[in-house]
Amino acid sequence: MYDFKKDFPLFKDRDVIYLDNAATAQKPACVIEAEKEFYEKHNANPLRGFYPLSLEATDAYEAARKTVQQFIHAASETEIIFTRNTTESLNLVAYSYGLNNLCPEDEIVVSIMEHHSNMLPWQMVARQTGAKLIYLECEKDGSLSEAKLDEAFSDKTRLVAITQVSNVLGRPTPVEEIVRRARKSNAVVVLDAAQSSPHMPIDVQKLDVDFLAFSGHKLMGPMGIGVLYGKKKLLKAMPPFLTGGEMIDSVTRDGAKYAELPHKFEAGTVNAAGAVGLAAAIDYINKIGFETMQERELTLTKRALEGLKAIPKVHVLGSELAEEHTGILTFTIEDVHPHDVSAVLESDGVAVRAGHHCAQPLLEYLGVRSATRASLMFYNTEEEVDALVKSVAGVRRRMGYGE
Amino acid sequence: MESRSFYNEILTEHNIHPEFKHDLPDADLVLEGVNPNCGDDIFLKLKLDGDEIVDGAFVGDGCAISQASADIMLGMIVGKKKEEALHLGELFLKMIKGEASDEEIDELEEASALKDISHMPARVKCAVLGWHTLEEMLNDEV
Repeated sequence: MYDFKKDFPLFKDRDVIYLDNAATAQKPACVIEAEKEFYEKHNANPLRGFYPLSLEATDAYEAARKTVQQFIHAASETEIIFTRNTTESLNLVAYSYGLNNLCPEDEIVVSIMEHHSNMLPWQMVARQTGAKLIYLECEKDGSLSEAKLDEAFSDKTRLVAITQVSNVLGRPTPVEEIVRRARKSNAVVVLDAAQSSPHMPIDVQKLDVDFLAFSGHKLMGPMGIGVLYGKKKLLKAMPPFLTGGEMIDSVTRDGAKYAELPHKFEAGTVNAAGAVGLAAAIDYINKIGFETMQERELTLTKRALEGLKAIPKVHVLGSELAEEHTGILTFTIEDVHPHDVSAVLESDGVAVRAGHHCAQPLLEYLGVRSATRASLMFYNTEEEVDALVKSVAGVRRRMGYGE
Repeated sequence: MESRSFYNEILTEHNIHPEFKHDLPDADLVLEGVNPNCGDDIFLKLKLDGDEIVDGAFVGDGCAISQASADIMLGMIVGKKKEEALHLGELFLKMIKGEASDEEIDELEEASALKDISHMPARVKCAVLGWHTLEEMLNDEV
């Protein structure tokens, strides 16, 4: 089998079992090269100058937009807005759409599984508009029952903010069902694809979501580049989020005529090299193919889940099935705080995440104060999974507890 | 290596069998100490008689280092004057920063079991949580 790790310069220099992929993925050489090449060969401020270099920079930036459009199957490239990350994308929707379209009679449905970045903006919108925030609760295993959906949705629902894959449980949500329910009350759906986009093909037209956000860095692109997809009709009607340079057609002493989509939402000098790097990451994914990646990830997840489940006093959160974990295995060890778990694992060279995973309301709802998360990517190996399981199996003993 | 405990024995023992981790219903002073990043969260409780700390306890949740450190701290300060407790707190912080002399570390008795934390920057906050909470509590009270 091809050793994907060879594609990643970091793994050549660092002897680390990297299992914190849900926080950020490692970057293949082609991504690093693409970003470097932009600065070495095409650097100028895109969309500004009329000399060849600036036009090249513009072309590279707009070609990246096209790559993203095809990646998520958007109808038009004008529906792709580059941001810094998922958080900024979601805030853009909250400030620009939420504050201007919601009123005190309206209800916002937010799932309890959301990352803080898809929860706090909606708390802000609810506070400022007077709209009511309704939490859609999941079952203990992360599934969403008909009964809980019935409870959360009403004819007053105007906006639904939900993740496609929980960053704690790894479980995909039933997006089609949520969109179907949202349509009944004319609500828009904001989908957080930060955890899903690195692991599954996305078709925004088939899903029929109104907004979708993801970060480049989780799908092996550079940090500091993110994407917001929005339906053209909605984006056109929204006021700009940030105002300033390169988002206008003309400015007078009294005001401005804003630029067309998508530039209306891209004020200031853009992260062109980041966009080019993201496009390179997408090309890399397309070259390998989601099918291959998913097959690898499922094999690894199954092995890790079985291994962890077999250890006494270790509890994996979420589904019993590896298929419903998207490479994310969050677990607790009885009597041992995750910070200590992570310290023990680290001493064995295994890098995992410990804490509340920016999802405090979910952990509180599940009755867990904090947890340890191992998250896998196709480039991880069976040996690494075995090292994780072995290290976890030794934690209680090394913390001074009996077997 | 595998058979040895990850932290030293004193720390491990205080984490697993803490002497002062319980409620203290008639406490005169109660203060919460939190490390938001890692989720350490304790309530420190003290009973005073004038300037003397006559009893103390803590409740809460956190990593082994934060829990053991709070437990060791209480063992040292119960029966002491507030001033002496604050002095020990200063020495402890000095030790964690790697700035304490050998004599000062000796003065810290059991708490010196945490001196290696000065080489673990990620765990400094855990080790000082109890002491910081104590300092805040007593300084506010004075």
